[in-house]
Amino acid sequence: MTFPVEDRQGFSVVMLNGEIDLNNSPDARKVILNSLKKMKHVMVDLSSVEYIDSSGVASLVEGFQYARTNDLEFGLIGVSEAAMSVLRLARLDQVFTIYSSLDERLEHGS
Amino acid sequence: MEGGEHLVTISFCSRASRLRLLRSVMRDAADLAGLDVPQTEAMVLAVNEACMNIIQHAYGMDADGKIDVSVLQEQDALVVRVRDYADTVDVEQVRSRELDDIRPGGLGVYLINSLMDECGFLEPPDDGGNVFQMKLFTREQGEGNDISG
Repeated sequence: MTFPVEDRQGFSVVMLNGEIDLNNSPDARKVILNSLKKMKHVMVDLSSVEYIDSSGVASLVEGFQYARTNDLEFGLIGVSEAAMSVLRLARLDQVFTIYSSLDERLEHGS
Repeated sequence: MEGGEHLVTISFCSRASRLRLLRSVMRDAADLAGLDVPQTEAMVLAVNEACMNIIQHAYGMDADGKIDVSVLQEQDALVVRVRDYADTVDVEQVRSRELDDIRPGGLGVYLINSLMDECGFLEPPDDGGNVFQMKLFTREQGEGNDISG
């Protein structure tokens, strides 16, 4: 399984979807890190994520850390309630930069 | 299992691809037990995390291991026992990381502790392996710890 990536207005948008668990989180990690290696601004769209476990969250944390180390932008957009509840539990909702949508991010300018 | 009603036991090999099946069975068991949606999702995530730990750490991603998950409904709680047949774990080594320590791994144990009311390893079986038990007290809707924090 792989996850689609769309280039939109200078951003690479990684579209995670469905249930993210140990079975497909390595794919999520790969897609996120590959996007960060190609683009300076990466957003992960979680609007279609129905379930995420700690291995999926770990993929997001790896992206966050890679971006911070390499002075890149990394954020989450459209976080579903299922994903947000796990991020809140891990108190990562205070760590990640989260926007309701790419449009909201664009309103913030560069 | 002594006391309470045995709802289901599922046995599966230690492949990550089986976790989805596990979650489906756990959701049905929670529904049978009358848990509300937040408690169901809390229980499903906790059991998923426990089995993921077994796949990753106890069996070291070896897909030939066996995992048994049993669900028991007691009068005031749902009890889940997760059994593996790997080497007996050093319980002292199983701990969660500090949340301020932002790194990819180590969240699973924290999530289990946060989501379930009681959890811990039972006495190791005579024939080896480990049994990890989690308990979620059943409450009136709107009460208690749930996944929505």
